[in-house]
Amino acid sequence: MADSVTADPAAPSATRPTGDPLLVLSGVNKHFGSLHVLRDIDLTVHRGEVVVVIGPSGSGKSTLCRTINRLETIDSGTITIDGEPIPAEGRALARLRADVGMVFQSFNLFAHKTVLENVTLGQVKAKKVKPAQARTTAMELLERVGVANQAEKYPAQLSGGQQQRVAIARALAMKPKALLFDEPTSALDPEMINEVLDVMVGLARDGMTMVVVTHEMGFARRAAQRVVFMDAGQVVEEADPETFFTAPRSERARDFLSKILTH
Amino acid sequence: MDPSVIADNMPAFLAGFRLSLQLTLVAGAGALVVGALVAMLRVSPLGSLRAFGAVYTELLRNTPLTLVFFFTVYVLPQFTPFRFFGYAAAVLALTLYTSAFVAEAVRSGINSVGVGQAEAARAIGLTFGQTLTSVVLPQAVRSVIPPLINVIIALAKNTSVAAGFAVVELMATGRRLAQGNPGESIMVLVGVALFYLVITIPAGQLAGALERRVAFAR
Repeated sequence: MADSVTADPAAPSATRPTGDPLLVLSGVNKHFGSLHVLRDIDLTVHRGEVVVVIGPSGSGKSTLCRTINRLETIDSGTITIDGEPIPAEGRALARLRADVGMVFQSFNLFAHKTVLENVTLGQVKAKKVKPAQARTTAMELLERVGVANQAEKYPAQLSGGQQQRVAIARALAMKPKALLFDEPTSALDPEMINEVLDVMVGLARDGMTMVVVTHEMGFARRAAQRVVFMDAGQVVEEADPETFFTAPRSERARDFLSKILTH
Repeated sequence: MDPSVIADNMPAFLAGFRLSLQLTLVAGAGALVVGALVAMLRVSPLGSLRAFGAVYTELLRNTPLTLVFFFTVYVLPQFTPFRFFGYAAAVLALTLYTSAFVAEAVRSGINSVGVGQAEAARAIGLTFGQTLTSVVLPQAVRSVIPPLINVIIALAKNTSVAAGFAVVELMATGRRLAQGNPGESIMVLVGVALFYLVITIPAGQLAGALERRVAFAR
């Protein structure tokens, strides 16, 4: 681990926490069979902070993202959300998941429901919001992400970029404390990436706490306070975006950046 | 070979037909309910429920129906206060046996829905039950209907096993009529076959109609 340079949390230049700790992972370990996918992960995300997680494929970044709302269980360590440890399977977990929205690489909109229904379902079922109120909220959110005119269509009738923006609206409808993005633009055609990133930058400006697994360096520079670089299940380096992209300290980060920056 | 043997014994045929149809409908409804519940157990997050569902399905799916009948009629009364004879025993045995096949069909339908759908539902805070009923099952229906209709058609034919357990349904009626009209036994059996077709062919038609109704854009 000679090249593992983890940022000193007190370092003034590296991180500028915007609020109190909201998501706290400490000593998190996970195995897939014999594969050690997360190794002693310590990560604190503060309220209002945008953290970009970057790293080679198979580095564990998606898994890390998915453990935060317990779509993946962990073998050891703790994860707390706003001071509350993540509960085991059950109603308490369902409540907590509503507090941490998730946006998936493959959108995962409910295929049998209209765009509007996709955004009202969670409000009505999980938060017991009255259907009329849920529709109003949903339309406001669809307006905000720019797809209000598609409200009555089915997901399959929308472009990938539109679907992903609906997915963001669906997550926002639960009024989450934080949003997790698992490679939100990796499945999109190039011309649709910006419309999704624009929405995400807007959210960041509005103070949403976000953990974003992405390789979009432009987004990291525009919106993130911190970049977390992962490799082989470890957090290898943490830095502010400018520092990370221009002067990465670890050999592994330099190697990775040289590969994605070649073209 | 005189078809009039069918017309002459129409009341007997109709009584047997009615009982076979009734067995199909009652046991079919019961099996759909029980089978759907067992399928939900089999995808439950709790290992013990999954195990129970698996044992239930494998036991009933892999034993001959006749044996299930024997158990409900002869074995059950020895260990429980329940006593089933004739029609009630037939309904119970057919329901249990068929529910295992329903459970398998529903489970494969659930598995045909992409795992991302359930993950997205859980991620917005839906409980396990809500995820199944609001997101997964409505999408599973499409792929479940064809195998389910096959299960019901098999059930319609399997009701004939009840003939061996003092239920005078279509098969038993046919046997009696054949014994009473030894010269026309072939024609009697043809009549029995025709009445089974009256149940099973419309069931197949219904499958096609239902499939078209539940189709939605993807």
